[in-house]
Amino acid sequence: MFRTLTLSAVAAFGLATAGLAAGGEGHVEDFDFSFEGPFGKYDQNQLQRGLQVYTEICSACHGLKFVPIRSLSEEGGPSLPEDQVRAYAENFEVFDAELDDFRPALPADHFPASGLENAPDLSLMAKARAGFHGPYGLGINQFFKGIGGAEYIASLLTEYTGEEREEAGVTLYENKAFPGGWISMAPPLYGEDVEFADGHANDLHHIAEDVSAFLMWTAEPKMMARKQAGFVGVVFLTLLSVLLYLTNKRLWAPVKGKKTL
Amino acid sequence: MAGIPHDHYEPKSGGEKWLHSRLPVVGLLYDTLMIPTPKNLNWMWIWGIVLTFCLALQIVTGIVLAMHYTPHVDMAFASVEHIMRNVNGGYMLRYMHANGASLFFIAVYAHIFRGLYYGSYKAPREITWIIGMLIYLMMMGTAFMGYVLPWGQMSFWGATVITGLFGAIPFVGESIQTWLLGGPAVDNATLNRFFSLHYLLPFVIAGLVIVHIWAFHTTGNNNPTGVEVRRSSKEEAEKDTLPFWPYFVIKDLFALAVILAVFFAVVGFMPNYLGHPDNYIEANALATPAHIVPEWYFLPFYAILRAFTSEVWVVQIASFLTAGIIDAKFFGVLAMFGAIAVMALAPWLDTSSVRSGRYRPMFKWWFALLVVDFFALMWLGAMPAEEPYATFSLIASAYWFAYFLVILPLLGVVEKPLASPDTIEEDFTAHYPKSSDGTPAE
Repeated sequence: MFRTLTLSAVAAFGLATAGLAAGGEGHVEDFDFSFEGPFGKYDQNQLQRGLQVYTEICSACHGLKFVPIRSLSEEGGPSLPEDQVRAYAENFEVFDAELDDFRPALPADHFPASGLENAPDLSLMAKARAGFHGPYGLGINQFFKGIGGAEYIASLLTEYTGEEREEAGVTLYENKAFPGGWISMAPPLYGEDVEFADGHANDLHHIAEDVSAFLMWTAEPKMMARKQAGFVGVVFLTLLSVLLYLTNKRLWAPVKGKKTL
Repeated sequence: MAGIPHDHYEPKSGGEKWLHSRLPVVGLLYDTLMIPTPKNLNWMWIWGIVLTFCLALQIVTGIVLAMHYTPHVDMAFASVEHIMRNVNGGYMLRYMHANGASLFFIAVYAHIFRGLYYGSYKAPREITWIIGMLIYLMMMGTAFMGYVLPWGQMSFWGATVITGLFGAIPFVGESIQTWLLGGPAVDNATLNRFFSLHYLLPFVIAGLVIVHIWAFHTTGNNNPTGVEVRRSSKEEAEKDTLPFWPYFVIKDLFALAVILAVFFAVVGFMPNYLGHPDNYIEANALATPAHIVPEWYFLPFYAILRAFTSEVWVVQIASFLTAGIIDAKFFGVLAMFGAIAVMALAPWLDTSSVRSGRYRPMFKWWFALLVVDFFALMWLGAMPAEEPYATFSLIASAYWFAYFLVILPLLGVVEKPLASPDTIEEDFTAHYPKSSDGTPAE
């Protein structure tokens, strides 16, 4: 009795617990990112390309205030050489309270915050949005496809229809991925907006994908170390489970009148 | 203590005797660890150890997290990001703490439903049950306040909605709400007191856990047959029981290791699956999220809270009889707390003389329906407050109350229970026919 109930409870629990928002979402394409799944890794080259897209385009309005610039050289990220990071930091001006003046940024500083008041900070955007929902609030989609923040960003960047309308003096642009369908951000990418040094394809689809991967990294910079730790944890605990299973079996064998191993 | 007869600690060496006559701490530990435990306990009796582990895990990870966290509205969100990015292993600490709460609640629900099925709440274990319910209430309070600390959108709006419930209390509600929040709205004062209480309550829980264990070590464990251990002599008691160490310690540790393997997979590979994306947006009092949804473990009771709208006739009658003092909002709050209160009253609502659901043919089905009802409520709590979910929520809530207030009392009268075994030994030998007299061979 309890066994059946427990099994159904486990199944029901899996279904009932995730992806709790429902209704009103736009269309999100399931992009194929390298960092998906338990063994997925960031593609270092892709993160570097994404950084370039972010720097040349997104950073005009948006910020990454939670991301220290030095983390660009950390392992499991874009992993730029430290001198490049130092040179990169100097592109930004930060306010130094001690100098009471602006100065070029150092690697120890964070990326600047958003320059435009209504442009949200992008540090955590890839975790603050869900690409997939349901069905019926059951969380099955997220279980198989992931939460989908990076997919949401990539879809948002590629699914402008070209339609515009004005509302209370604000121009809104039709976007199939945006909840409600109309967004106040003008299409930021058209394709071939950046030239990659390695000659990588720079059509709209590819640069959208690259910058989304980069924003996934800004949101979850320790993802690779985390998966590694999780994997080691699972392996060791599985091993421990086997040993404890055998210990338990042997311990109880005389009590249960079974043969000892 | 009129416990199960068993060997007690005897100090042997001079040093042991010296200590024992002054502080019998070794004896206490020995008696606790060697407590005679019914040997027929099944796998649903492992959750106590899992829960103890969860409490320890939450306290240990929580203490370290508190070293790096800043309880201030301008800095809380950034300090959590600091933990995630700059603190060594901080991302693991935080994800273990956040998912640890989920594991804690999975275990506590399994533990509670185990008790409900096998009648563990019945005499003489009412105190154990009531203490358990208090622990569960404290857990909910602790988890709720902990969820506020990262100061994301769901933290802020969840705190606003839940503390708003106290505002529904007639006459004094608003004053109570202001007193709880430390101001007219959720703000820095709220964050500070929630941090303080979130740190305090786990230690209160730890104290209650000791009382919980003390209580059932006095009465002895229940077991799947619901039949008591024979206590007339030590020999008879030993035919029904085995010492907790090593038999149940090893068994429970095995179960814990399996559960932790799954837990590490979740923490390592999908740590945000059970969370809500909106909580990665910093709290903003001017922007309400589209859906304010509590964490999964609150959903069943959240569904009950929302089920009783002003269109429900029960609510209308209550409102009419009390001249409007009990409005729909207050009724919902009463229903939510009532749903836990009826569960706490189970020892006195269940009239059956048979303890275990195993020997209660009708009870089994009503209990199974209660489990289904619980998951249905959990799902409904996550759905928007609109049709058809509203009607479903009402039906599911009604069943929750009906189970405790109508079905449990009636079943004891109507149902004809099956024959229970006379002893635990009989049940055990039925499962393991080759076991000789049940005492370990070695």
